[in-house]
Amino acid sequence: MPLEAKLETELGAPKLSVAQQSGSFAGTRAFRPLTPRRLLLICLMLLAVLFVAVVIALRMGTYPISIREIVLTLFDGAIGRRAEIPSDYWLVVFGLRLPRIALGILVGAALSTAGAGYQALLRNPLADPYVLGVSSGAAVGAIISLIVVPRLPGAIQIAAFMGAVATISVVYFLGRRGGQLDSATLLLAGIVTASFLSAVIMFLMTTLSGRDLRGMSFWLMGDLATPPSVNMGWLYFLLAIGVGTIFGAAADLNLILTGEQEARHLGVNVKRVKLVVYVAASVLTGLAVSVSGAIGFLGLLVPHVMRMMFGTDYRVLIPASAIGGAILIVLADTLARTVVAPTELPVGAMTAIAGAPLFIYLMRRRVR
Amino acid sequence: MSAVAGSSGLASAAATEPRLKVEQASFAYAATDKSAPTFTLGPVSFEARQHELIAILGPNASGKSTLLGLLAGMHAPLAGRIALDGTEVSKLDARARAQRIALVQQESELLFPLRVWEYVLQGRYPYGRRLRFESEEDCLMAGNALAQVGADALRDRWMDQLSGGEKQRVILARALAQQPLLLLLDEPTQHLDIGGKVELLRRLRKLTTERRYTVLVVTHELDLAAEFSDRIVLLHKGKCLRAGTPAEVYDRAVLEEVFETPLEVEMRASGRPHVTLRGNDYG
Repeated sequence: MPLEAKLETELGAPKLSVAQQSGSFAGTRAFRPLTPRRLLLICLMLLAVLFVAVVIALRMGTYPISIREIVLTLFDGAIGRRAEIPSDYWLVVFGLRLPRIALGILVGAALSTAGAGYQALLRNPLADPYVLGVSSGAAVGAIISLIVVPRLPGAIQIAAFMGAVATISVVYFLGRRGGQLDSATLLLAGIVTASFLSAVIMFLMTTLSGRDLRGMSFWLMGDLATPPSVNMGWLYFLLAIGVGTIFGAAADLNLILTGEQEARHLGVNVKRVKLVVYVAASVLTGLAVSVSGAIGFLGLLVPHVMRMMFGTDYRVLIPASAIGGAILIVLADTLARTVVAPTELPVGAMTAIAGAPLFIYLMRRRVR
Repeated sequence: MSAVAGSSGLASAAATEPRLKVEQASFAYAATDKSAPTFTLGPVSFEARQHELIAILGPNASGKSTLLGLLAGMHAPLAGRIALDGTEVSKLDARARAQRIALVQQESELLFPLRVWEYVLQGRYPYGRRLRFESEEDCLMAGNALAQVGADALRDRWMDQLSGGEKQRVILARALAQQPLLLLLDEPTQHLDIGGKVELLRRLRKLTTERRYTVLVVTHELDLAAEFSDRIVLLHKGKCLRAGTPAEVYDRAVLEEVFETPLEVEMRASGRPHVTLRGNDYG
């Protein structure tokens, strides 16, 4: 192999020659700014993948049902021809498997979007509701509401949100050093807060073991086996508001990621944007934790994978993370249900087993 | 491109109203609202016109960056007035301010890799609509800004793979994409070698002369400031000691006192002063 070709294969693309660098073809390469069309295409593509994941998830389980039958059942169900569907198909698809998938989509979208939001606010690529202890805080809030007002509908979501807000505030202030947010200190503060709150959860679960508070592993690891006590429509409504709010601030978050000072000089109302996104990300975390416990690593993993695929622009990243999180959790939960069937793993264990090593790989590859 | 128009406009611009008027502006920092101020600046007064390059000089902690913050409208002056085309800068709303004033600071570390063109497009934010999908005009302006700093060929490179000088040019391009009237630079030469410093200042000088900008540069470079600027504002311990042409400001006794170093100032044939260290004071 000639030396030049060899260098090219080893060092990647050839460097620009001096003549090229001096601008002889300046202007021929266009900018490629994000267009609404491209954003829509990406979302549609991801939604198609999500649909495939949902069909796979519907297919897996003890009751055998073919992919053809699933698609037909979904189609008939969607256009309201319930009479056409055999009753056990209806029960398996719409009664058993789809509600759990819908719950998964809700939780995956909420946690991934919250993770992407926290990463921009804290200017920390490792920020994630679980790592920062926010999920554990939301879990403590949820458990307390189950103890104090067990039958009040919606109380658990509000309490989980309050737990999330309280935790992120504490972690934020613990993570400062000399008035500046310090990346490593912040993560340590989050990890320590998370273990402290996990201990609180264990304490509460052990001392109050007689009550109906769901299991310890539900709150610490998270799973999708328990249907929520609240109407799913309301939960999706909250999800839409949370994701929509962060999406609306996406252009501002892009600039905040480049630097808060610079964002301010470019006309971003940094304080307001940060407050709004903090609240929205905490709503999303509280929402997810209140129905599925503390599922980890989604908020870390999904935004990173989406960045690798579509770049760092938050206008793409937020919707892509929401859909990507849904895809990932639907697949993870399908695995959790099937690998050791008839027993089930908590889905949080699956996301941690898959998430931690892949994350390490991604981080190492990202370092140039 | 517009060199001809620029040079003919130069004479008329000098006769027009000053674009930036700083009148007795002062500011104070305090640890808390009630404690005595730990640092006070001012009062400072000077003016700047279109096509003028002003250097703000002074040793560390002399108030240069504070003054720049006031000019950028980040804080309102405690007393006095800073007006851009007759409007007080601290009273402009954030968007209007970003369309008129661009500030180039030491850039923050980028968290995620960004292409040069993405970075420069950020300068179009103050002109954006909801969600800020960039228009063709935005791309044109950003491309223009890159061309103005001679960084067209860098367009597709990653920000973290640029050399110091290249990066400085791209940051400048983002500021130019804001189409500012007033361009403020906070120690832009800090991390550049001497070649890079001269190149940057030469470029700023050229932009100031040919385009419609008024440029203010905070710098430590006495010699380069004398060489390239129209006027100099000399700060010392929060006080504005002098403001005027390099020849007026560069007084040996004053500079020696301010920088606490024995210096020699000689006037060149060009009318610009030249500063050297006085050599015989070593050992």
